[in-house]
Amino acid sequence: MIELIDVHKSFGDVDVLKGISTSFLPGKTNLIIGASGGGKSVLMKCMVGLLTPTSGQITYDGRNFHELDPKSIREVRREIGMLFQGNALFDSYTVEQNIEFPLRMFTDMTAAERLDRVNFCLEQVHLEGVNSKYPAEISGGMKKRVGIARAIALDIKYLFCDEPNSGLDPVTSRVIDELLQEITTDFNITTVINTHDMKTVFDIGDQILFIYEGNKWWEGKKEDVRHIDNPELKAFINASYFQ
Amino acid sequence: MYWERIMIEMKNIGVGSLGIVAIIAIFQGAVTTLQIAYQLISPLVANPVIGSIVSDSSMLELAPTITCLVLAGKVGSHIASEIGTMKVSEQIDALEIMGINAPAFVALPKIIAGVVMVPCLVIISIFLSNIGGIIAGAASGVLTPDEFIQGARESFLPFNLAFSLIKAFVYAYIITSVSSFHGYITEGGALEVGSSSTKAVVYSAVLILFSDYLLTQLLL
Repeated sequence: MIELIDVHKSFGDVDVLKGISTSFLPGKTNLIIGASGGGKSVLMKCMVGLLTPTSGQITYDGRNFHELDPKSIREVRREIGMLFQGNALFDSYTVEQNIEFPLRMFTDMTAAERLDRVNFCLEQVHLEGVNSKYPAEISGGMKKRVGIARAIALDIKYLFCDEPNSGLDPVTSRVIDELLQEITTDFNITTVINTHDMKTVFDIGDQILFIYEGNKWWEGKKEDVRHIDNPELKAFINASYFQ
Repeated sequence: MYWERIMIEMKNIGVGSLGIVAIIAIFQGAVTTLQIAYQLISPLVANPVIGSIVSDSSMLELAPTITCLVLAGKVGSHIASEIGTMKVSEQIDALEIMGINAPAFVALPKIIAGVVMVPCLVIISIFLSNIGGIIAGAASGVLTPDEFIQGARESFLPFNLAFSLIKAFVYAYIITSVSSFHGYITEGGALEVGSSSTKAVVYSAVLILFSDYLLTQLLL
């Protein structure tokens, strides 16, 4: 479980996060929604350690991430997988080498064991026969799937996805959403997804956190989203969801 | 993994720069020979002196400094743009999140490869510069190859070679570390990657010239 307690983040005089407290549960797809510039990406960057909160706590199963020593931080990070908006695949590596990368860095697996694991991960994301292709040679949807495969190459406990559907067609978006939900439940991972896509919210969202101007504006289940009397959330849903 | 990356970088920096270094060294030696011959036309100056001046100036200044200024452009811009692109496309963030020390993983193999390969390139440059001088001397009829080699051998001091290698080592460190730094601090997009690449070359070149003066003052 990931727990956030009164997380603040400021850049100079600008308060981007104004005391976010919530928890993300394992085996659930936890979605963070909100308008651009509302603080979603900053919150995710604070959670994965790319930014340090100005104050507050972020704990991973009781471990206060930003107060750990460097060795323990590295250990927590090895339990984290992340799917970036731009995929962040290594251009000079093939698909196989990209997925194999964390295995080579952090395990003592033999080459054969690594190849088995790579093929297993590719199978999980329903992508086979692309081992020797470079990221530039595959489509956007395939890159997302390779990104997911790389994220789950190690036995991760926490999966973060930043706008996993951006730039994808509706069909591929749905495939990615289903994959993320499948992986979350199959491996009992705590998945946190930043998204604008209300279709994702209604398809796979277990727990929804709506952030508005750096504040936690609403939190609850997807079934409740449509019946909430919250003008900002309503405006967000009405503007983005094809009714 | 690190060893493999160092080998790849050594190939990129060393083998990848061999062609341009060879061309520059040969023409540099040839032109220096002709200019020195032009300035020293006198019955009182023996022809081997030309060989000794070309050989010494190649070793002490031209081979390390000119080679490294060219490498600052070729290798420096490549390093800065490669790391800069990794930064803006979140590949560096991906490394950080995996718990990898990103600066060490990305920059260190390039720095190690640079300080190993650039002195090798400078040695090749010194050799080819002398070859260029011999060819130009013979082709223009200014001095024979034997006279050139006689002059080069008579004036050879092992310290000059050591000095040249010290310079090469320092310049290599400047090129790789300054370029890695500028790549690593890139924020934004393609425009900023280009800007980092330019800064890497300019800063490396200025630091090379500054350290050239400093090393010469300290060691000669």
